[in-house]
Amino acid sequence: MAEAHAHLIIRNLFKEYVPNKPVLKDINLEVNASGLVAIIGPSGTGKSTLIRCINRLVEPTQGSIDFYGKNIVTLSSGALRKVRREIGMVFQEYNLVERLTVMENILSGRLGYVSAINAWLRRYPAADIERAYELLDLIGLHGFENQRADSLSGGQRQRVGIARSIMQSPRLLLADEPTSSLDPKTSVEIMQLLKDLGERLGIPVLVNMHDVELAKRFAVRIIGMSDGKIVYDDSPKNLSDHILQEIYGGEDWLQ
Amino acid sequence: MKVKLIWALFIAYILFACARLDFTWDRFALGLHQGAIFIGRLFPPHVLQPESMIKGLQESVEIAILASFLGVVLSLPLGILAARNLMPAWVTWIARGFIALCRSFHPLIIAIIFVKAIGFGALAGILTLVVASMGFIGKLFAEAIEEISIKQVEAVRATGAPFFSVLDYGVFPQVMERFVGFVTYQIDSNLRNSTMVGIVGAGGIGGTLFAAYQRFDYDFVCAILLAIIAMIICGELIAKWVRILLVGRKTRAEMA
Repeated sequence: MAEAHAHLIIRNLFKEYVPNKPVLKDINLEVNASGLVAIIGPSGTGKSTLIRCINRLVEPTQGSIDFYGKNIVTLSSGALRKVRREIGMVFQEYNLVERLTVMENILSGRLGYVSAINAWLRRYPAADIERAYELLDLIGLHGFENQRADSLSGGQRQRVGIARSIMQSPRLLLADEPTSSLDPKTSVEIMQLLKDLGERLGIPVLVNMHDVELAKRFAVRIIGMSDGKIVYDDSPKNLSDHILQEIYGGEDWLQ
Repeated sequence: MKVKLIWALFIAYILFACARLDFTWDRFALGLHQGAIFIGRLFPPHVLQPESMIKGLQESVEIAILASFLGVVLSLPLGILAARNLMPAWVTWIARGFIALCRSFHPLIIAIIFVKAIGFGALAGILTLVVASMGFIGKLFAEAIEEISIKQVEAVRATGAPFFSVLDYGVFPQVMERFVGFVTYQIDSNLRNSTMVGIVGAGGIGGTLFAAYQRFDYDFVCAILLAIIAMIICGELIAKWVRILLVGRKTRAEMA
């Protein structure tokens, strides 16, 4: 019965970029509660593809992705845009619009709600602008609103990227390797921010990552992927060295 | 061995072409003599028909400005339709085919076609330069869009933004500076070409110039040529100023 309440249900998901060479092989996954879920696994195992299938930046080949009762896989482009508004996304390389200001970047999280003409004239509802300033304070970039995004450091950019995703008022937050381009200290800060925001909004946060220690520290649940399949799905404390060997192969790196 | 053969063939062809076209020193010397007489008759410049010259110059400027405006407005969507990273393949093929068609003929040939099709006058000149503008800006704009970082586009798409907002936030900020560059270059080019289309009857100073040549009023020809030079220099200065004005600004938010 738990299924009926699940926020996100992925069933029998396959993705082939090249015919008959699936990158994702029969993924089944349910995300119910709020909290940070880390997806770990070696490079090229389909973690990023899985995240991108959820908001269809990558088109799934087969299977269903049920998000609050709607199957994302079969949505028309108009309906897909509506669903994308409710799914925030944070990227490895931040993907800010470099030549626009911090404020324009944060407000761009509202583009799904604001008409194209109003967005073009930079006419956002007062409530959106107020919220954007609140988020700017929250991410510690007070006073940066008129700076161009390309003048920020990596950590600052990622904070703006997170603020943009939160502006969407999402019901699910996806993060694709959000810390892989950052130094260890900033990585911890960014993970903390993602975790806090997820808890504050009461939404699940699905994060792809390389760093197992960081995943263990912040996640309430860890999904281990290997060769396009889910091989582990449990709390971090049951993640033994033996299982890590199974996920990543070999054992030298564990020493 | 092959290389030598190619060189031998090439040189043989050069000699053959020279002989056929009477491209010889004697012919050149004869021409020099003729040229000296011509240059002598150019000076001093004399504005024989001031009204006709001023009217022609005004018309050329008008043709250039109108054609640039229409050309830019039309080449924006054309460039977007031709960009392979934004549009489905079949759409880009149609847009690219149209751009290629616009670019395949020299403006003079297009001007003749328009004069024959819709009659003498400025309209033919304007349409000629609109076609030239679409070909040039459309092609370069499409190429500029194809070089953008798709990551920024992806992020805007992921917010559920409608297509125009994706262009507005994800694409335009990355290409606007280059687009302004293409446009100012094309205005410059249209100004030059607007003095030429008149030769085939498509309006502008070219008509006055051609008439003066035919009447052997070489002093008037000289005056017109000097006026055209002055106009082109003015145009270049204005284009430079516009470019600084537009590219100097960083974002719309900073303007406000």
